[in-house]
Amino acid sequence: MMSITFHQAVFYFFSAIIVIFSILTVTSKRILRAATFLLFVLLGTAAFYFILNYAFMGALQITLYAGGIVVLIIFSILLTSHVGERFEPIGWGKMIASALVSLIGAGFTLYVLLNADFIPTQAPLPDASVKNIGTALLSYERNGFVLPFEVVSLLLLAAIVGAIVIARKEPHDTENPNNE
Amino acid sequence: MTGLVYDFSVITQSIDHYLVSHWGPSLAATIEFVLVGILYLLIYALVGLMLVYAERRICAFIQCRLGPNRVGPQGIFQTIADFIKLLLKENIRIERADKLLFFVAPFIIIVGSFLAFGTIPFAKGLHALDPDIGLFFIMAATSIGVIGILLAGWSSNSKYSLIGAMRSGAQIVSYELSVGLAIVTMVILTGTLQLSEIIEMQRDGWFIFKGHIPAILSFVILLIAGTAETNRGPFDLAEAESELTAGFHTEYSGIKFAFFFLAEYMNMFVLASVATTLFLGGWMPLHLGNFETFNHVMDFIPPLVWFLVKVFTVIYIIMLFKWTYPRLRIDQLLSLEWKYLLPINLFNLILMSVIVLLGLHF
Repeated sequence: MMSITFHQAVFYFFSAIIVIFSILTVTSKRILRAATFLLFVLLGTAAFYFILNYAFMGALQITLYAGGIVVLIIFSILLTSHVGERFEPIGWGKMIASALVSLIGAGFTLYVLLNADFIPTQAPLPDASVKNIGTALLSYERNGFVLPFEVVSLLLLAAIVGAIVIARKEPHDTENPNNE
Repeated sequence: MTGLVYDFSVITQSIDHYLVSHWGPSLAATIEFVLVGILYLLIYALVGLMLVYAERRICAFIQCRLGPNRVGPQGIFQTIADFIKLLLKENIRIERADKLLFFVAPFIIIVGSFLAFGTIPFAKGLHALDPDIGLFFIMAATSIGVIGILLAGWSSNSKYSLIGAMRSGAQIVSYELSVGLAIVTMVILTGTLQLSEIIEMQRDGWFIFKGHIPAILSFVILLIAGTAETNRGPFDLAEAESELTAGFHTEYSGIKFAFFFLAEYMNMFVLASVATTLFLGGWMPLHLGNFETFNHVMDFIPPLVWFLVKVFTVIYIIMLFKWTYPRLRIDQLLSLEWKYLLPINLFNLILMSVIVLLGLHF
């Protein structure tokens, strides 16, 4: 019998959590439950980063995904749905088609994964302290990320302006209530 | 210079050595997890009960009443009696509620505040977690709590709960911004996120004195925004009794209601601890320039006492807010955040950067 180390046990524990809650996320009939299960999947992923001693990424995962995106999803569910609502049962045709697609996808991924030759790297681990990440993020030299950082900020600015344009009322609409 | 040093890491390390030598590293780590967990749960509950008692007494004195004063000397066992009462109360099953989410929601809130509670440095070497991303970790952990509030409100299947949860969620999400910016302003000064290092840097003076104007500004902003983020008065329109019964936890009863109550008070404790650590030197004693005698006398007071005294001073200020100011309307709440706090915060951020770059801080 193979004995497992403490680290492996923790790893398998969180893997089990992720697998179970991923399945629950897609099979749940209630949309807010699905969102909650998704939250547990994302928290499980954060746990992996903490196991790898990469606390920065773990905290980022919790803030962005758990505290940001899941909150956004839950907010939109709260505004649109009711506690008694259930998903409609899916027709046979759709079920078979989606099962086929997911089986093919899973098969392909497994095939590539199992045939890949994973070579453990000999290079020393990069220093993942907050200071280094911060410097790299705003550095314009080799291995610096200032250009993608600025491009993303431009994209976000465009998204914010777009959201305001969609959400604001046109001034002439208030004068003429019939014009909808 | 340092005089007496109360270093708790000696004790924790000796316990660790003992456990490792007897059971090996894996089992020792497991035992330590369980021990620290139980210890922190106990402290968590006890501090929570104490805060509830403190609030009732302080509120009573502000309103010229006596407050709870019958159970035990000065009524200090009142909240423990209340807690036992809540334990024995019936957990009312809500028909037509989403039972699973209704059950899970209080735990999500508790986990969020408990994770943040774990990083608080009570004294040198006396903290459960000390990651190098300390402050960021606290922000991340507290951001989970809002999900619990939203889930609790929605799964109760009640209008009051849902409206309360929506108000609460919107409020927390917007005020999180101000809390984050106030903390970032201080991080420019500290240059590190690790809580133990931040405290160590304040050995020769607290940051509220070292960073003078921008530090005081961000201290005030942190207190205001933090009070709003913990859903406390005057920002408690999410649970405005006169209109919403009790907000998102209207349908909860017994021990689950106690969970929400406890989490709210412990979030306040975490907020006060973060403010203490960032601005008031954490567990560092007060030192005044070159008054050697005075400094030595201050060194004799244990760091744990220093920490608790500072934290309870901050908590007292937060409680004064609640019982002095009237509740804000939703538009006042939003304009306070977006029209006042946020611009002041951004200006403060620039001011702090300039001061740090020019070396104008002490």
